[in-house]
Amino acid sequence: MFKKILLLSLITLGLAACGGGDIKPEVAASSESRDQIKIVGSSTVYPFATTVAENFGRSTLFKTPIVESTGSGGGLKLFCSGLGDNHPDITNASRRIKASEVERCAENGIDDIVEVKVGYDGIVMANSRKSNQMNLSLKDVFLALAKDVPDGSGGLKPNNYKTWKDVNPNLINNKIEVMGPPPTSGTRDAFVELAMEGGCKTFDWIKALKKTDKQAYKSLCHTIREDEHFIEAGENDNLIVQKLNANPNALGIFGFSFLEQNADSVQGSTINAMPPTFDNIAEGSYPVSRSLYFYVKKDNVNKVPGINEYLVEFMSERASGPDGYLAEKGLIPMNPDEHLKWKSSVLSLEPLMLN
Amino acid sequence: MPDYILSTSNRMAKRHAREKRFKWYGRMAIFISIAFLVFMFSAIIFRGASAFQQTKIALDINFSEAIIDPSSSRDPELLKRANYKPIVLQSLSNVIPGITERRDRNRVYKLLSAGAVFDLGEQVAEEPNILGKSKKVWLLASSEVDLFMKGKIDPNISEDLRRLKDRDIKWIKILQSEGRIKKKFNTTLFSSGDSREPEMAGILGAAIGSFFSLLVCFLIAFPLGILTAVYLEEYAKKNFLTDFIEVNINNLAAVPSIVFGLLGLSIFLNFFNLPRSTPLVGGIVLSLMTLPTIIIASRSILRSIPQSIRDAALGLGASKTQTTFHHVVPLAMPGMLTGTILGMARALGETAPLLMIGMVAFIVDIPKGITDVATSLPVQIFLWADSPEKGFVERTSAAIIVLLAFLILMNLCAVYLRKRLERRW
Repeated sequence: MFKKILLLSLITLGLAACGGGDIKPEVAASSESRDQIKIVGSSTVYPFATTVAENFGRSTLFKTPIVESTGSGGGLKLFCSGLGDNHPDITNASRRIKASEVERCAENGIDDIVEVKVGYDGIVMANSRKSNQMNLSLKDVFLALAKDVPDGSGGLKPNNYKTWKDVNPNLINNKIEVMGPPPTSGTRDAFVELAMEGGCKTFDWIKALKKTDKQAYKSLCHTIREDEHFIEAGENDNLIVQKLNANPNALGIFGFSFLEQNADSVQGSTINAMPPTFDNIAEGSYPVSRSLYFYVKKDNVNKVPGINEYLVEFMSERASGPDGYLAEKGLIPMNPDEHLKWKSSVLSLEPLMLN
Repeated sequence: MPDYILSTSNRMAKRHAREKRFKWYGRMAIFISIAFLVFMFSAIIFRGASAFQQTKIALDINFSEAIIDPSSSRDPELLKRANYKPIVLQSLSNVIPGITERRDRNRVYKLLSAGAVFDLGEQVAEEPNILGKSKKVWLLASSEVDLFMKGKIDPNISEDLRRLKDRDIKWIKILQSEGRIKKKFNTTLFSSGDSREPEMAGILGAAIGSFFSLLVCFLIAFPLGILTAVYLEEYAKKNFLTDFIEVNINNLAAVPSIVFGLLGLSIFLNFFNLPRSTPLVGGIVLSLMTLPTIIIASRSILRSIPQSIRDAALGLGASKTQTTFHHVVPLAMPGMLTGTILGMARALGETAPLLMIGMVAFIVDIPKGITDVATSLPVQIFLWADSPEKGFVERTSAAIIVLLAFLILMNLCAVYLRKRLERRW
């Protein structure tokens, strides 16, 4: 009885070893002819990229692309790490590619990158429908959440505002409690850049500081307070929505698509008197909105079958157009003119130019 | 001293009281842990139970050959991708009166899942004889309709706050009155891969991914673990080197699993260039993680085998190897298997190491082998929990129920093996 078991285990070990050995040539062979598109990148673009990937897979003869959610920075790192089969063809990003990343790509032989704008995403500050809608300005947001705030006499003081009323006498007398994503998140980056810095700039002397000492300006405008008034609630936006329902006094920071899906339980605060609605974000009048992108390796377009068709599907009217299925998933589409412009530049594979 | 004197003594009463108190502490501890467990299970089951049902809409579909297959080619690929939308729209407008405008037609079409037409395509491709005939078909309803049918959308709140509008609800009522809308057992959940639409999403792809990963994990970790344990326990001399190895194995068992993921990324993906996001790499990483558990469990089992068995075999003239493999290891095998199963159960629930090697991905196709891209069950749960669509809330809990069922099954297996095959000395 035992001999059988030992034999079996030895055979399996052998098989496993051979299996490992066998796999390699197969992979080496397939490096010339991978037949499935690989996509990595931002978790914000992930729902949209997967929707297009699924529709593309179902309506064509190509395999459904694999979409990994690695975050914008992580995705670009993988994207720029090489040309071969084991590196992704496309990376999604909830911000534009940086010059340093383009350089890194070039170092690894990736010279031609095609930039594709997906559309827009609004970042909302929402609270439970059990309490009243908040009307905030960017300045309020900055003063409530910054680590250091102006002390009124040209200097700085540690942020000691405890209630919204402390920040702005017109606001309610509730404790400041804001739940937001951790620093690894692209949503946090965008929130800090658009909302915090936007409020920060309303102080003239800080705006002047940008020209003289950029470093100090950045650290002042981009640093969020670390006490109990700002709570890092993790990457999971669903969790923030649930916590808002449990705590009606708290505000949460998350993407517009979550607000849309949960409109029955949470409401978005107006920022600079602009409510976060589809139209306001699309027009650009809601101040905290950002562009979403993805990047394609031009060299791979002819190597991996289907990339061209994926781009066609993504840029089609029925996907990213004003009434496309991505809009239903919470993407704010570009206006028709802009969409048309991007469509023609993407389909002719114009390489990226950073200005 | 006679009993009655003791029982009347003050100290005896205290001793009894202490014993009673301790018993109650114990009972309370058990009660609290069970309460936690019951709370967790009931919360998950309460949320997930509804996902095992899916709303479907019955339509009399006229499989018109002129629309589906005008060239009469009967090519399954063409049949699958034919345009079924006009046929479905026609059937819908037969049931729901007064939809003539384009906007209304598009809206009423949204009652059905985007996947309904694909299902029709599959059905026609499977039995092309249906062309030209008419048949009542149950089609997937959209996630919004499904949520409404399950009572998760309150029709009394203001219309702006719902994704399902009053008009949609009116149409659903019409379908309901004709018995054309029903909740049925959710087969999609068990028969398809991931999808962006909650009603089309299933866990089969993830479950098979988990199976392949565990298979690779078992094939590597079991023989390696057993051989290591047998050698260290039966053959190796006790010296500095074996002590050093033992300390390292124990340390390895306590290393956080994400570290194994990083190791997998740098060695298997970057150095050996194994394919990313595959159960092959996932299994290898998980096997590294389970290996110390198996070795430690196997060694303690081997140590519990009485020395007298070895002595008897050696006394009868068996060699060291014969003694080990004819007597000691067979007796230890049930225990070793138990240890292995428990290690694998832990591996089944792991997400962190898979995060690093690209198994956290949107994958629709069902994997067919260890080198196909795949996810695993816990990863699927993680991805669904992070999705904005409301329909995924119940599906997340349903996937957790399935994962728990697998874990309980594996643990029961381990218990059974131990009870059935274990020998006592």
